[in-house]
Amino acid sequence: MFVARSIAADHKDLIHDVSYDFHGRRMATCSSDQSVKVWDKSENGEWHCTASWKTHSGSVWRVTWAHPEFGQVLASCSFDRTAAVWEEIVGESNDKQRGLSHWIKRTTLVDSRTSVTDVKFAPKHMGLMLTTCSADGVVRIYEAPDVMNLSQWSLQHEISCKLSCSCISWNPSSSRAHQPMFAVGSDDSNVTYSGKVQIYEYNENTRKYAKAETLMTVTDAVHDIAFAPNLGRSFHVLAIATKDVRIFKLVPMRKESASTGPTKLEVQIVAQFDNHNSQVWRVSWNITSTLLASSGDDGCVRLWKANYMDNWKCTGILKGDGSPLTGSSGQPTAMSTVVGSSVQTSQNALNGMSAGRIGKRAPFAPPLRQLTSPKTYQHPAYY
Amino acid sequence: MEEVDVEPAVTNIPAASDGKHLGFAWGPGDILVYETLYKASGSGCSFIHEVRKDEDIYSPNLRKLFNESHHIFVGLQTIREDLPSKNKKPQFVSISKNYRSVIRACMEELQQVAEVATQYGNQVSILLAIELIWNLCEVLFIDAAPAGSLLLHLLDWVRLHKADVDEKAAEVLQSESPAEHHDYWDVVVSYVLQGRLEEARQMLVKQATLHPAARKMYKLMDTLLSKMPFYNPGGTQTLTEFDVKWRHWHGEVNRCLQDNSFASNQHLEIICKIIVGDEDTLLEHKELLSTWYHFLVTRLLFSHPTVKPTELHYYAQSCMTMFLDARSVPEPLDNILLAAFEFDIHQVIKECSIALNNWWFVAHLTDLLDHCKLLQSHNLHFGSNLREFLLLEYASGLFTHHSLWQLAVDYFDNCPEFGRVYLGLQIEHIPLDTERKALKVLRICEQRQMSEQVRSICKIMAMRALRNNRLGSALSWSIRAKDAAFATLISERFLQDYCTRGTFSDLDLIDNLGPAMLLSDRLTFLGKYREFHKLYGEKRFSEAAKLLLSLMTAKIAPRSFWMTLLTDALPLLEQKEVGHRAHDNMDKKRVLSSLKTSFELLLMQLSSTSSKC
Repeated sequence: MFVARSIAADHKDLIHDVSYDFHGRRMATCSSDQSVKVWDKSENGEWHCTASWKTHSGSVWRVTWAHPEFGQVLASCSFDRTAAVWEEIVGESNDKQRGLSHWIKRTTLVDSRTSVTDVKFAPKHMGLMLTTCSADGVVRIYEAPDVMNLSQWSLQHEISCKLSCSCISWNPSSSRAHQPMFAVGSDDSNVTYSGKVQIYEYNENTRKYAKAETLMTVTDAVHDIAFAPNLGRSFHVLAIATKDVRIFKLVPMRKESASTGPTKLEVQIVAQFDNHNSQVWRVSWNITSTLLASSGDDGCVRLWKANYMDNWKCTGILKGDGSPLTGSSGQPTAMSTVVGSSVQTSQNALNGMSAGRIGKRAPFAPPLRQLTSPKTYQHPAYY
Repeated sequence: MEEVDVEPAVTNIPAASDGKHLGFAWGPGDILVYETLYKASGSGCSFIHEVRKDEDIYSPNLRKLFNESHHIFVGLQTIREDLPSKNKKPQFVSISKNYRSVIRACMEELQQVAEVATQYGNQVSILLAIELIWNLCEVLFIDAAPAGSLLLHLLDWVRLHKADVDEKAAEVLQSESPAEHHDYWDVVVSYVLQGRLEEARQMLVKQATLHPAARKMYKLMDTLLSKMPFYNPGGTQTLTEFDVKWRHWHGEVNRCLQDNSFASNQHLEIICKIIVGDEDTLLEHKELLSTWYHFLVTRLLFSHPTVKPTELHYYAQSCMTMFLDARSVPEPLDNILLAAFEFDIHQVIKECSIALNNWWFVAHLTDLLDHCKLLQSHNLHFGSNLREFLLLEYASGLFTHHSLWQLAVDYFDNCPEFGRVYLGLQIEHIPLDTERKALKVLRICEQRQMSEQVRSICKIMAMRALRNNRLGSALSWSIRAKDAAFATLISERFLQDYCTRGTFSDLDLIDNLGPAMLLSDRLTFLGKYREFHKLYGEKRFSEAAKLLLSLMTAKIAPRSFWMTLLTDALPLLEQKEVGHRAHDNMDKKRVLSSLKTSFELLLMQLSSTSSKC
């Protein structure tokens, strides 16, 4: 892997979340400086900041995009105990020429009494639904019944998890084989309730969410949680960021005909990695759920992959090299994009023929170049 | 089969390494990384780094490789399953050769570029290695040459990948006095080492003419070289017969050696020792052999030309050990070739997967081997899983590219277990930059009955059009999405527009709705209302009136529109048409009186409710 590009984000404080939109052409960043910025990727791959505005009166923890079927909609959540929904307004033509757009607040959700730690949209087949979780231990699910009027949101469900919540993840599967399901993680230090991950499932009879499972083996604080995209599997895969990286398989068990409760889930642990040495703060799957990324106290991002035998292994590490880029752009909207240089090395796994060590090489093969820096090597530039 | 454990590659990010966390966000083809501190605040160096995994798909030089191999892949999938393997082998070998020629073509093109830009030198040498591996796999696995032919194929293999001999030879031959060129003997020996005895003989003639005194010696060598038996697979001679003949010849050469026939000429002596298969002499020419596998093939040529496939690995291992210094560690390429000589296909694939960043090679090779039914010897289920796994990896990688994604579709189509769901998932994320691209994506989804993806894409386009106030576009996308609710919404907008401006936009679209009109009541009303206007404009008043009446009575007219309809009805009521036929007039009278009644009814209803247009 290599750094293709570095973008000066120009936030005045720590960036807490970065979120790509569905098509990968826009991104949103949020920060302790209480603002959210939206960036657009141009055809040549350059990122331009097209909007930057103050969103909350406290650090903004997370920002997330709604599915583009609902238009250009963002949600943010903050330490200021609120979550907000933003919609992009198609501006005047001269705005467009200057590459700017406007975002207006459609609603503020003020039900939480404490910091709102996560905000996520539910899968699109459920309509336009927003979920928040807070340090007060409550998960709230809101719905906008009229997609064309985003100022109307109604609180559909309020679920008390008894533990301070840090993260939620919806099961993205739209299969009719099972009901909507989400997982909540808690970073509460309470030892009475030892299982720090709870799974809730919608019950069409009671029309409410009921707890389907608590992962009792997860006893330490959970900082992030992520269901994997479902690729035609009959079971669910859930990744958890706690004192290590854990991947669980949740297998729905056959329902007895009379049973009206949530589906029973058989919980199996698939993998556990403690390479981050201490706390793991984020986990997230790529689109095809073939790669899991995690970020931890060791200051690294690690990539995990399963081979065709379903054995999980770390396949890559992204690590700060101790020399951060300095300097910033002048204007808030203009940016300096620095095209990062890939470390050109010649320590390739396959460097032409092994002949190089002895005697002449074939005419096409270039002469062996020396390693420049012994610590840094990466996959060959080509293959 | 042991698990190959490799240390994960580390990629450096220009960010602080102490006391900070690295946040990340997955993108379609990359991952964004930034410095942060979880659960804390503080100033950060706010740079966001775009980290990418695979550079190859963006390389313009390799574009041809991806395109042409895609073509070959698709062709391969259509080979009928029911033909017996015996008939299919030549086809598979031919396909393998096609793949290899694509690699070669790409390599040659790259080589020309590499002369200018050194960073491509890497790609060239890797392509070279890939072709080398593929060629060997073709010889051993696909062609599955038996003893006798096996060595001949291996000889071809070595010759193909050691082209510097010809270069040097050309240089020598073009010189004033080739026999006196300092590289002359190197060339001769190289020819011998490659079993190119005819060419060696021709070179030796030049030397012989310079030394008439040693004519007898040169004649002897020439005879020996010309009499070396080579197995002819198409001939009538059996392998055993060949073996006998060869041993006989081998004995003759040995005798010449023992007789010191070449003792006075060190070069000829060396050649004699080589062709008798003397290992030490061979090893003295490491420079000319340059690789352990050349050494292997040469050694087999001159000591055991009837080598059986099952015996190869023993010789390969020992040759590698003999050839490499005690200190050198085998490189990945060596391990891959060794695994091939051991006929451990899975090991080959595994090692290649690890050594190579891009899945192109292993995906296509494994697919071909699977078609040859070579992956099923282990375990049926396992074999097809591996093929699909690699193809899915490769295709998923292609999908992030703005135009290569279209090639990926065919690969997914040929993955029976997960291809469809992978395609469905990834195709939704393709950025719909233009209508044209959206239509392209849609066509692919429609062809595969991916109705949910079709609906979703159309909805996204409709929403986008609506937000940009392009009502016509929004409507046509909603119709394609079969989204009744959205079509209703947009129809409302059209009607609102009409109220404010007095005219319709996008007349073309509304006039040609056809059966799509039935998608939603509001849309039907819109279509019919426009029809009413057309009739009125064409002065076909009685038809217009009838239509207006049906709109009112069928109750598909939205409340908000009644005022407008009534206003439209007024001139009709006052219309004094020039009478044509009495029948017409009667008809018209009836229509008009019904209109009047409806008018009154509506007025009554209107007065009891308030409605605005």
